[in-house]
Amino acid sequence: MPTYKAPLRDLQFVYKELFDATSLQALPGFEEVDTDLTDTILEEAGRFCETVLQPLNQSGDEEGCHFNNGAVTTPKGFKAAYQAFCENGWGAVTADPTYGGQGLPKTIGMMVEEMICSANMSFGMYPGLTEGAYNALAKFGTDELKTTYLPKMVTGEWSGTMCLTEPHCGTDLGLVRTKAEPQSNGAYKVTGTKIFISAGEQDLTDNIIHLVLARTPDAPAGIKGISLFIVPKYLVNADGSVGAANGVSCGSIEHKMGIKASATCVINFDAAEGYLVGTLNKGMQAMFQMMNTARLGVGIQGLGLSEVSYQNAVAYARDRLQGRALKAPFQPDKPADPLFVHPDVRRMLLTMRAYTEGNRALAIWVARKLDESNRATDPKQKQSADDFVALMTPIVKAFMTDCATDVTNLGVQIYGGHGFIREWGMEQFVRDARITQIYEGTNGIQALDLVGRKMAQNTGRLLRPFFHEVSEYLEQKSADSSDELQVMIGGLMKAFGRLQQATGFIAQQGLKDPDEAAAAATDYLRLFALVALGYLWLRMAEIALAKQGEGEAEFYQAKLDTAQFYFARLLPQTGALLSAILSGSQTLMQFNHEAF
Amino acid sequence: MKIVVAIKRVIDYSVKVRVKSDQSNVDLANVKMALNPFCEIAVEEAVRLKEAGKATEIVVVTIGPKAAQDQIRAAMAMGADRGIWVETVDTELDALTVAKLLAKVVQNEQPQLVLLGKQAIDSDNNQTGQMLAALLDYPQATFASKVVIEGNEAVVTREIDGGLQTLGLTLPAIVTTDLRLNEPRYVKLPDIMKAKKKTLDATTPEALGVSLQKSIKLLKVEAPAERQGGIKVESVDALIDCLKNKARVI
Repeated sequence: MPTYKAPLRDLQFVYKELFDATSLQALPGFEEVDTDLTDTILEEAGRFCETVLQPLNQSGDEEGCHFNNGAVTTPKGFKAAYQAFCENGWGAVTADPTYGGQGLPKTIGMMVEEMICSANMSFGMYPGLTEGAYNALAKFGTDELKTTYLPKMVTGEWSGTMCLTEPHCGTDLGLVRTKAEPQSNGAYKVTGTKIFISAGEQDLTDNIIHLVLARTPDAPAGIKGISLFIVPKYLVNADGSVGAANGVSCGSIEHKMGIKASATCVINFDAAEGYLVGTLNKGMQAMFQMMNTARLGVGIQGLGLSEVSYQNAVAYARDRLQGRALKAPFQPDKPADPLFVHPDVRRMLLTMRAYTEGNRALAIWVARKLDESNRATDPKQKQSADDFVALMTPIVKAFMTDCATDVTNLGVQIYGGHGFIREWGMEQFVRDARITQIYEGTNGIQALDLVGRKMAQNTGRLLRPFFHEVSEYLEQKSADSSDELQVMIGGLMKAFGRLQQATGFIAQQGLKDPDEAAAAATDYLRLFALVALGYLWLRMAEIALAKQGEGEAEFYQAKLDTAQFYFARLLPQTGALLSAILSGSQTLMQFNHEAF
Repeated sequence: MKIVVAIKRVIDYSVKVRVKSDQSNVDLANVKMALNPFCEIAVEEAVRLKEAGKATEIVVVTIGPKAAQDQIRAAMAMGADRGIWVETVDTELDALTVAKLLAKVVQNEQPQLVLLGKQAIDSDNNQTGQMLAALLDYPQATFASKVVIEGNEAVVTREIDGGLQTLGLTLPAIVTTDLRLNEPRYVKLPDIMKAKKKTLDATTPEALGVSLQKSIKLLKVEAPAERQGGIKVESVDALIDCLKNKARVI
């Protein structure tokens, strides 16, 4: 059975040493959030994840959710764990204190989320969806809707969902058919079928607040005629208590490859009472608000799974004796040497580690900017942070989940045959990770978002904060740095040059032929992410070098060694990616589709 | 009823303890520190007594460097009302010195009940509570597995070698807590936030009128010898021979 230990020291390294914790505290509303408080919060959250959520991960997967006559039962132990989770306040970390939340930075929220996802990703879906619905409602709901629904969602007594997908429309939401007919009292009657609704029905909460994309009778066709509605499972009485059933029912639950303890539901709306959220026909705008944070959240799911898979792979590589080190036995008194002596096992472990720690740095970087974008008072700082988050959201979502599939598969590989056996729990991470590349916009869609929307927006303005920061850093460091750092600086310069070249190529070709930009998108997103991680690894290596001789020698040496591994063995992928990008769309498009 | 709980910052129970290369002590540099588990049980018991309406105020006290404030905050997040930090540079005070400092704090605070962990997991001395009771001339019950407050009396069940013993103590009294007394709660996020705003008073041994004398000298710390792998023997006779002549246990 896999184990999990919250990576507190690694989290601290990123939020305290890589990024300046005092500048976060300088943002309005975060004055109290010093590093002592953050440490305590992470420690307690970690303890909860390790001892309450993680022990239910494998049993939840084995048992799955049950569906009986419209009712969904979550696996054994989930209900008690959910109650404890809410009572301990872990569902209300970042929520607005007006509605009972703690109003803490997203930076802390995301670190807590990582631990939840490592411990039990399926469990995390239930409060995670509530948070998504909370975000949309808090931003676009009327005061009446907010005071009616948000406090109970913050305590976790009620949960939330996002109802987008219908049987005939997933990625292309312009095809939504669910109808919303206006009533004389200002409400709407919502009718239609939604599928793939995570946490759509469960036995954890007293009420479920669905956010539903639907179309009013005279709405324009396509994406411009979609509105967002809030539709509770049970109507809410004037005194705030749960009232009559509201024509919302669960038709069935899906039998899935992974996240089996998360109920994925077909939800039928049968003239259910709903209320408009935001402006009529501007539902997609509100939905994107929800989706953007959800996309970052999915990236974090990938990170969490990568971390837990790595931890268990390391434990196995230490324990399992198999074969001998090629030069001389490592443990001559034992029948064989531990797995980690073998170069190929080391390659796998270091690949897992370098992606996971690099992605953690990226996630916290974006979270920091999200806090700046929400709270900064200087309009320039706010705009630049906004741009950065918008640019990085598809990268966090797609790259971190692609990594999760790679990393969790390496985890299985290190276990050999035992990795393929359910009992060891390593294959569950692969199955759970697989959905992260698909939902909240497939990774292909993320790549299109990056090249089609983010790159082009305001003539490339979104790219600037990142490009400027990296080039300034390189310029500054190339002048005076140690030899160890110079090697990495050279590596990053080369990779950064490739990113600039690819960006120019896509901007130019894409103007002439949209297929060109789309054909390059996935490779470009990966190239971009590898450069971003290269920049972060370089800065982490710089810190590790500076801290040599100050204690924790092993910890900092490991950071430096992982950085060197990243530069030697992972960052060079950028060369191949650039070649693929520059080859253009021809080989994709010339192929006769009948020959597929 | 006011309760004083004495707590100690110790190396985290999950950390693999290492000895300094010069064998002068355990290596505590950059090691994760935490609230001593037995102290955590003492805090939990105090909070439960308060929740049950038996206690009105919980004061936690610790002795140590500034970092020990973290443990006071942790106890406050569990539900203690305020904290007293006795600042010392030395983290290796003798149990008697600690008991003297605590005695002063108790005299100042005048609680009805003083709770301590039965021992700290770093030095495992199991002395402070007993010494404190002697200094104050209070009744004591050590190794508590159940504490009931009835009027002016504490009825304490303690774990002893022969089983369980129940004592009635007239308050004020000293109780040291054993492992099975309770299971400490998970700390709630809102309580972590509230703990930041609770009062934490600092004092010093000088202000308390206690001089930090050392009566115990630490000579050397050695890691336990690494366990050697076992051997297999061919027969029962060979086993007996080994036990007699090699292991010399029979």
